[in-house]
Amino acid sequence: MATKEYSFYPGCSSQKGNSSSNYLVSVESMCEELDIKLNAIPDWNCCSASIGYSGGGELPRLALSARNIALSEQHNPGQEIVASCAACWLATREVKERLEQDSDLMAETNQALAEAGLKLKNETPVKHMVEVLIEDFGYEALGKHVKKPLEGIKIAGYVGCQTNRPFGIQGESFENPVYLDKLVETLGAEPMPSYEKKVQCCGGALAFSEPEKSQAMIKGIIEAAYDGGADMIVTPCPICQMNVEVYQDQINSTYGTKFKMPVVYYSTLMSVAYGRSAKDAALDGHVIRAKKLEEIASKT
Amino acid sequence: MSNLNVAMIEKYRNSFLHEVEANVEEGEWVKMCMQCGVCSGSCPLGPHWEHPPQEIFMMIRAGKRQEVLESSSMWMCTSCYSCIVRCPRELPITHIMHGLAHYAQRLGLAPKEQPTRKFANLFWDNISKRGRVNELKLGLSLYFMNGVSEGIKTALKMKDVGLGLVKTKRMNPMEMVGGHVVKDVKGFQAMLKKAKELEDARIAKHGAAQGN
Repeated sequence: MATKEYSFYPGCSSQKGNSSSNYLVSVESMCEELDIKLNAIPDWNCCSASIGYSGGGELPRLALSARNIALSEQHNPGQEIVASCAACWLATREVKERLEQDSDLMAETNQALAEAGLKLKNETPVKHMVEVLIEDFGYEALGKHVKKPLEGIKIAGYVGCQTNRPFGIQGESFENPVYLDKLVETLGAEPMPSYEKKVQCCGGALAFSEPEKSQAMIKGIIEAAYDGGADMIVTPCPICQMNVEVYQDQINSTYGTKFKMPVVYYSTLMSVAYGRSAKDAALDGHVIRAKKLEEIASKT
Repeated sequence: MSNLNVAMIEKYRNSFLHEVEANVEEGEWVKMCMQCGVCSGSCPLGPHWEHPPQEIFMMIRAGKRQEVLESSSMWMCTSCYSCIVRCPRELPITHIMHGLAHYAQRLGLAPKEQPTRKFANLFWDNISKRGRVNELKLGLSLYFMNGVSEGIKTALKMKDVGLGLVKTKRMNPMEMVGGHVVKDVKGFQAMLKKAKELEDARIAKHGAAQGN
């Protein structure tokens, strides 16, 4: 039996052929090494992320995450829900708490769920994968699995918004969270604790609708990592990862910069440090290759 | 002017604040704003808001109904939640801004050409049909949301970003046909339909004119 078992909400962007499919590959490798069993919520749906409010209003939007929690309670009873995506986690936890506090909304939500043959008890804790690592395992336990320390790599820990606010990780500050720095250190790499853009917004969904405004913010996030001498950026969020990685060419042509900064997930770093192959760490899923990690992964 | 908008003006003639409290998600918090301005100073897109959140709160109390609901301001919210965690009164500002934006759209007052409004509605259409995001269709509908000629220009500009994602298997051209979907599409759609009916009925009831 696995050491830990969770009801897993992977989310839309992690699906095969989607923008953070590489995240899921590395999460699965990391969890294998930590002996974590992830039981996907059967037939989960989109959480509507941060822009569902426009078309979805309140109740239809809440119903989305309520359906996921109800499916989890039915098929994976007694297991905490774990999401790897920042937006999935935020939306699901927000809905759980809103429905705990508002019995009218809870009643209406169950009326809507009944149309799909479901009923929400709303008794299931909702966690982000990072909470599992830090709270259910802890840095010391995570460090024991390191087979290939990430020596000689300096990494800027970009926490971003939605894994940090409004809920965040217990014991961490909203303004200066340090868990990524601690994790980087645990894996044998050099952190950059004075990374001043660590909680700067990347624009989120507005990177699509307001590209100029968002890319101005993304430029700052990358520039600060270079200024601190970082070799790469690490993040826990799929939107942060994509926004900060894939627009670097466009930013270079707008601002005359020469950015080529790899942006990886914490699970990418952990998979490599835990001795998994480049493929298992999904290093081939990065538009800007993290060459220093590829070198370590290829060492036998 | 939409019928619902007329009904709401009729009913809340003297107080836009009451209208917001009754009909906007988390609107009952608006009166708690103490005008410190920390939200406006914390907003990453703050300089681009026509009226930053602090100002929106004051305008609601001052009865500036049209100016608030027709504003592009709330649509600048990136959902970064900085305002929420810094507000000394702990107002759920992000949600109030989302709620105001949605309410403005419900009444037919939201700015038609606002790009985030258009994109957000495309996103909702995308997920509410099949239960999961079809990233390829969403991306393409975004490029073409302002017409064909601008769409082709945007698509060309985005070509390299798209190719990079296809090469790393993070975008799949085959999503054009089929793509990811929930198994119980019927139940999923019935649930959303019911939720919408319940919410519409609640707001229509609030909009029903008093007296007579």
